[in-house]
Amino acid sequence: MNAVTRLRNGWRKAINGGGCGSARRIAPDVSHGTILYLEDITVSFDGFKALDALTLYIDAGELRCIIGPNGAGKTTLMDVITGKTRPDAGSAWFGQTIDLLALTEPEIAEAGIGRKFQKPTVFERHTVLENLELAAAGKRSVWGTLFSPLTPAQRERMDEVLEITRLQGRRHMPAGALSHGQKQWLEIGMLLMQDPQLLLVDEPVAGMTPQEVERTAELLTSLAGRHSVVVVEHDMDFVRAIARRITVMHEGRVLAEGRFEDVQNDPRVVEVYLGE
Amino acid sequence: MSRSSGIGAIAAAGRLLAPPFIFRLFGSDRATVAFLSVLVILAIVVPVLHLAFPPDSVLHLSGYTMTLIGKYLTYALLAVAVDLVWGYCGILSLGHAAFFALGGYAMGMYLMRQIGPRGVYGHPILPDFMVFLNWKELPWFWYGFDMFWFAMLMVVLVPGLLAFVFGWFAFRSRVSGVYLSIITQALTYALMLAFFRNEMGFGGNNGLTDFKDILGFPLDAPGTRVALFLASAVALAAGCLACRYITNSRAGRVVQAIRDAESRTRFLGYRVESYKLWIFTFSAMLAGIAGALYVPQVGIINPSEFQPINSIEAVIWVAVGGRGTLYGAALGAVLVNSAKTYFTAAWPELWLYALGALFVLVTLLLPRGVAGLIERLWWREGAK
Repeated sequence: MNAVTRLRNGWRKAINGGGCGSARRIAPDVSHGTILYLEDITVSFDGFKALDALTLYIDAGELRCIIGPNGAGKTTLMDVITGKTRPDAGSAWFGQTIDLLALTEPEIAEAGIGRKFQKPTVFERHTVLENLELAAAGKRSVWGTLFSPLTPAQRERMDEVLEITRLQGRRHMPAGALSHGQKQWLEIGMLLMQDPQLLLVDEPVAGMTPQEVERTAELLTSLAGRHSVVVVEHDMDFVRAIARRITVMHEGRVLAEGRFEDVQNDPRVVEVYLGE
Repeated sequence: MSRSSGIGAIAAAGRLLAPPFIFRLFGSDRATVAFLSVLVILAIVVPVLHLAFPPDSVLHLSGYTMTLIGKYLTYALLAVAVDLVWGYCGILSLGHAAFFALGGYAMGMYLMRQIGPRGVYGHPILPDFMVFLNWKELPWFWYGFDMFWFAMLMVVLVPGLLAFVFGWFAFRSRVSGVYLSIITQALTYALMLAFFRNEMGFGGNNGLTDFKDILGFPLDAPGTRVALFLASAVALAAGCLACRYITNSRAGRVVQAIRDAESRTRFLGYRVESYKLWIFTFSAMLAGIAGALYVPQVGIINPSEFQPINSIEAVIWVAVGGRGTLYGAALGAVLVNSAKTYFTAAWPELWLYALGALFVLVTLLLPRGVAGLIERLWWREGAK
């Protein structure tokens, strides 16, 4: 690309504003029933192998929990999937056709992978409804947001998400006035507005009351089926409550995988993680 | 039902005077409706008091006072422009008076060309200062300013273009916070130094003055003064409505999201730079319009309008009035400038102390400004 074209594209971007387009141009092909293929992923930082030839498959519509002691590489794994960290070796495919390693972070988000970080970051001075509106898939350009109101489909989706996250009664409340748990749900709701195929959720129940934990479990369980959900969590009771399958990571590798009871009784897992 | 507070009554009166679509747009925003109503009443009462009553009547309002209020209204529009970028987008521009002055210069150039051969030196085309500097012909950038429409176009285009280019570099390089404030100060200071130079062709330190008429109407005629006053009121109302439209749109909520959590907004897929660039450019254009209305009313534009302190004062107006409300900014501009007019006449040496004290007091006691105070009183009354 020569300098002139680059400059022209720069102008166009600056003038139109929107980074991500409206319709999802690329969607994962899950005809084989698997939404995420990670094979032999290796990431090293200054010689330390955060991920060591890790192989992991996630089924479409599955709810998977990933557990492991600190430093097992869980966050690095999330970073690789969302494009924040590039692996030194290995391959990562989203469905049959999308090579995640060839896409940028926004492109991966647009392809349908949403990530919820540990700390809730909602817009505190905007209302619950406005938060969802900001997250709604659709036009991101200055002109688009200045002159066109939300489409009926988007409004419908907002109502749906309010219902899923049980925030219907608080739609006009500033997000800053919500409880910690409600903020977490709102943020999950913001992810859902973009209708992602795969949701990555980082420690959703940290700091929640037992009732909130229970509701979060219900929420995430209800998402499975329509979305694939990967949850990284330390809280064992929570993991037991939601997971059909869990993956235990240790030193950048998959140590064990399977149903909670099977994994729980695996001597290697007991040794590194559940041992106490 | 004691909700009919003073402001509510004004708003109710305003409903009778202003077109209904405004209330469809801003029905729930009672403070803005009240503010616009006051503006409409002012625009009717002030010219009537000036024109309908003879000078010896008690009810007569002098041309001086009317023009003074007109000047405050142009300051109010500048304050609204500052509030749009600062209160809603979090960009603390300390250079908005530069855009105001540029709009003023564009208007000044038109007024200079209108003088024609009636200057002191009687040159058919060249303004006096050019004859004085022994220039033989009109510089290229003065062409076209004899046409009103062209000058009015420049009033918005010149500040807009400068803001666009400036913002293009600043926002794309992700300059923000205090660094951005400092370079906006540098911008206005650099322009001041440039405009002080005679070689620039804008009249050096004397600036542009001795204006005679606008669109063929003499500037000192009561009718022209009333028209300029009304134009200022209309511009302020239209500016407020345009800004309110923006802040109430989805784009406005994106802009406020940028103010509160910039990186989070970027993460949602919004191009933060573009939003900042457009809002900054639009705001600069508003400031330019304010400047263009200011110049024919005060009769002079000179480089001191670019002084860094002017931009800072504009920010103080907004802080005093209450940022992030638009009408508060306009209110703050009128209040502070009324105080300034009084102080600089009564105790000239005390003005800067009074301004400083005002700023400190408002920051300590009224963090949301006068608008915040009004809203609080209003709520209390409404809650009874």
